[in-house]
Order: sequence, then structure tokens, then C-alpha cells
Amino acid sequence: MKLLEVKQVSKRFGGLVANQDVSFGVDTGQVVGLIGPNGAGKTTMFNCVAGYFAPTSGSILLGGRDIAGLPPETCARAGVARTFQIARTFTSMTACENVMTAAMLLQHNVAKARKAAMGWLAFAGLERFADRPAASMTISEQRRLAVARALATQPRILLMDEVMAGLNPSEVREAVDVVLKIRDKGIACLIVEHVLEGIMPIADKIVVLDRGVKIAEGTPKEVSSDPAVITAYLGD
Amino acid sequence: MNTSKHYIFAAVALAFALAVPAFTDASHLNMAILILMAAQLGVAWNIVGGYAGQVSLGHAAFYGLGAYASTLLLVKFGVNPWIGILAGGLLAALLSLGFGWSCFRLKGHYFAMATIAVAELVQIFFTEWDYGGAAVGLYVPMDKQGWLWLNFATKLPYYWLALGLLLITLGVNWWIERSYLGYYFRAIKDEPDAARSIGVNIARYKQVALSVSAFLTAVGGSLYAQKELYIDPSSVLSTALSIKTALVSILGGVGTLFGPVVGAVVLTSIEELTRIAFGGTGRGTDVIIYASLIIVIAVFYPTGLIGWLRGLRERREARAHASRQMAVPAAVVQNAGKEAV
Repeated sequence: MKLLEVKQVSKRFGGLVANQDVSFGVDTGQVVGLIGPNGAGKTTMFNCVAGYFAPTSGSILLGGRDIAGLPPETCARAGVARTFQIARTFTSMTACENVMTAAMLLQHNVAKARKAAMGWLAFAGLERFADRPAASMTISEQRRLAVARALATQPRILLMDEVMAGLNPSEVREAVDVVLKIRDKGIACLIVEHVLEGIMPIADKIVVLDRGVKIAEGTPKEVSSDPAVITAYLGD
Repeated sequence: MNTSKHYIFAAVALAFALAVPAFTDASHLNMAILILMAAQLGVAWNIVGGYAGQVSLGHAAFYGLGAYASTLLLVKFGVNPWIGILAGGLLAALLSLGFGWSCFRLKGHYFAMATIAVAELVQIFFTEWDYGGAAVGLYVPMDKQGWLWLNFATKLPYYWLALGLLLITLGVNWWIERSYLGYYFRAIKDEPDAARSIGVNIARYKQVALSVSAFLTAVGGSLYAQKELYIDPSSVLSTALSIKTALVSILGGVGTLFGPVVGAVVLTSIEELTRIAFGGTGRGTDVIIYASLIIVIAVFYPTGLIGWLRGLRERREARAHASRQMAVPAAVVQNAGKEAV
């Protein structure tokens, strides 16, 4: 069943067309990679799905409900969670408090939120940081903290923006493990990624954007041998 | 600070506050009341300005609204001030909706500037409003006295009222700090975009912070009117008052429970001491000292006095920790020496 359906979405900023009639879908529990060269419109697409931009036209269905144009907090409530390119952790809080704040979307009780948060910290392998200030964690740890925080809202789909950018190979492996564990929980993942070595082995499907339009969609193997994709990445 | 130390500090401070009337004369008691009232204002401001990080420089609007609401209700309609105070608080909370609607679309410095403008509008309104006493102001009648009418010939009852209101306001902040609201406010302050991504409706929660803060600020304004028995736009609606309200919190430590109390003690003392030292000729000396303090805090201690004290303690503990660590190798070396012998 299609969990997320992006239908004919266009986004224009004045005269600049960032996305033009882009359509794709994400099934329940699927890992989908959204890739493309710089300026392809990946992040714009991503922000449309997460509610940070309202598409100029088209619809975005989550479980059949049109969420296009709804604000981020409503999208979060509907089951869309996201991470940011920079982790954007709450720096005045401990790691646990970061995740607790997200868990409060489901119930406002602080003690219950703490219990749920400890579970998600353990899930992301961060339980030893629970009572440490989030600001004292490394970039890679903060990224995983942001993932734990997003998961604490108990989403149906998790959008990750360049979760592997700037990480060293062992950190990329940790990030990949986390993505696979998320998929095993039945949560779909839509990943915008530049690091193709990270995303190719784990994605069920890859959507390729170039200059705002979708130029290819398919399994990693299909996509990587697609002439249009090779042209987009390497030039003519 | 860990929780048990927090409680001990709070208990000592409370015991001191309860004992103050026993060993002070009337003029010092008045200063103590001024400190309590400034602290209450700072604590109320801290909800929106500290925890939620929305620095308002227009809180005098709420203070004045509270003062005018209870006084007008009493003077014109004979309404009991207890009811007047509640009405003033609710009116301020209501006005804060318009305040928030117009200002929260701006961020950071722009928000702060917009709040000054809105408060200025309120001040101009009351200066021109003949029914409300215009620039001449309003006197609170003294014909009905006692606890029922919140009107006393002596200072002592006002001390207890100011202390009680401060404790209530601190209690509200204590509750907010520990509830989901405290977490949401801090999330909005730290990373508004990330807060939205986890379902926090930041417009709504900024407004909640502002409305609660406005309510408590207005109650403080009503108490001021009952104590001073006279209000006019310059005493309860001035921009200087708005800035002082923010400064009490910033000096003591924004987003901390007791920061504004510490800030109020320091700031009110400076204000009163310069007044005593320079009298009428020194008008504005306190403002010069405020300004210097703002610069020193902004440059050296952005976390305020409470943050500075915490820093001192952490450094001391780090030193103690380091010297323990040093002690071990020294002992090992000595033992090693003995064995060699």
C-alpha cells in the first residue's frame, strides 16, 4: 500500500522553478532515497513533504489524506517526522530532554515522556549520553540524537536530510544500521542523500531529481545504470 | 545546582524573607517591598522572555493595564480590588492576544522593537484618555481599609502581599519548568524549526507564555496601585519600566527560577542607593549604572549572575577533581619508591 504519494508537485519561488510535476510514492516500511546533483530540488521536495514549504501545485497524500500546505506541526501530528541537515538539537537540554520533548507529542506527562525517551535513546545507541548536555555531543552523535528525537513522535514516515553527509566511514556504517533498524520497525524512510555509497545498498527504491524534474525512479541497480542519471551526475 | 541544594537555598531565602519585617524600620521595609515587587515582575517576565526566549520590552503595558483596571473599577464603580486585580489580569491576558498577534510574526530584535512600539501605543492611549485620568493620573481612595479592600495605613501588610504574590509567581514558574510547557518553551527558544518538526505549535505556545506572563505582570501592577495609592502613565506604563522588568531577569539569569530574584535585589539596591546618595540632582544615575551593567553582562556573563555563580562552582569542582587525580599518581610514585628501597 502506498503510504506517501507525491502527485504532480510543483514548487516555484517567483520565477525559479525548484520542482516541476514531481510524482513518486513510498510504501509502508520502505526505504526510499531521493538523490540528484546539487540544485536538483531535493531539499525543496523534502520541505514540501514535511510542511515547511507549501507546494505551488499538486498534492501530497499521507495514508490517503492530503497534507500539502499543512504547517510542519500538523504534518508531525499526521505522522511525518524529519531531521535537518544540521542536527538542530535543543542545545540547552540534555540528550534525554531532547527526545522527551518530542515524546510529549503523544502525551504531556513528563515521567512517561522520559521513559519513552530512554527507549529511543537506547534504540539509537545513545543511552550513555542521556543526562549529558546535547551540545557536548559530536556531530555524528547529535545527528543520531536528532533521529531518536524524530522517532519519539512515533511517525509513519521519517524524512532524513543528508543524514550521512560529512561522516567518516565508520560513522556512515552506524547511520546505515540505524536506518535499517528503523525500517525493521515498519517505519518508512525517505532519505535525501549525497553520499551514494551510504544510500545505494539500503534503499528499496531511488528517485532521481535533476533541475527540478524526476529523471529516473527504480531500484538502486536500475537507476545506477540509467543513462539519464549517469548524464546528470557526470555530464555529457 | 542539584535539587536538594535548591530546596535548602529556597528554604533559607524564605526564612529570611519571613524574618525581614522583624528587624527593619519603615523605610527599609519599603525598600524590601520594592525588591519583592521588582522580583515578581522579573519572574513573570522570565516566562516569556527567559524560558520561551521571546524578549519583550513592552511589559509595562500589562503592568499599567493591571494598575488601571483595578483602580478604575474601584474609583468609578466601587468594585472590590480583589476582583479588580483578577479583572486586570484577565484583561492583560486578553490584550496579550493582540500583542502576540502583532509582534510574534517578527523574530529576535525585531520582536523586541515591536513590543516597545505596542507598549508605547498603550501609554499614549492612557495619557490621552480623560476618563482614565489622562496625564494627571488616578488616586486610590483610602476610605475603605483592611484586608477586604487591600488598603492599609502601614507598610507591613503590603510586604506580606508582595511576598505572597512573588511566591505564587515563583510557584507558577516552578510548575512550568517541570511540566511539558517548560520543555516546549525551551525547544522554541533553542531551535524553533526543530520544535515545529516534533509537533510543537510554536505560535500557540509563545502566546501561552505571553498570556501567563501578562496576567501575572498585571497583578503586580494592581498591587503597585494599591500600595502607592496613585498611578499615572509615567509610573506604570513607561518604557523605562519595561526595560527594568527585562533587566531584572537578564541581570539575574534568564530562564532560571531564582535569577530574577537575585537580579531584583541587586538592581533595586542600586536604584535606591543612588537615590539616597545623589537625591534629586542624581536623577538618572541609576540608569547610567544599569547601562554599564548591561554592557558588562552582555560581554562577560551572558548567563547572568546565576550563570556566573554556577560557573564559579563548576570551576571549583573541576579543580577539586583535578587535584584528586593528581594525588593518585603522587601516592603511586611514593609507594614505588618504597618498594625500590
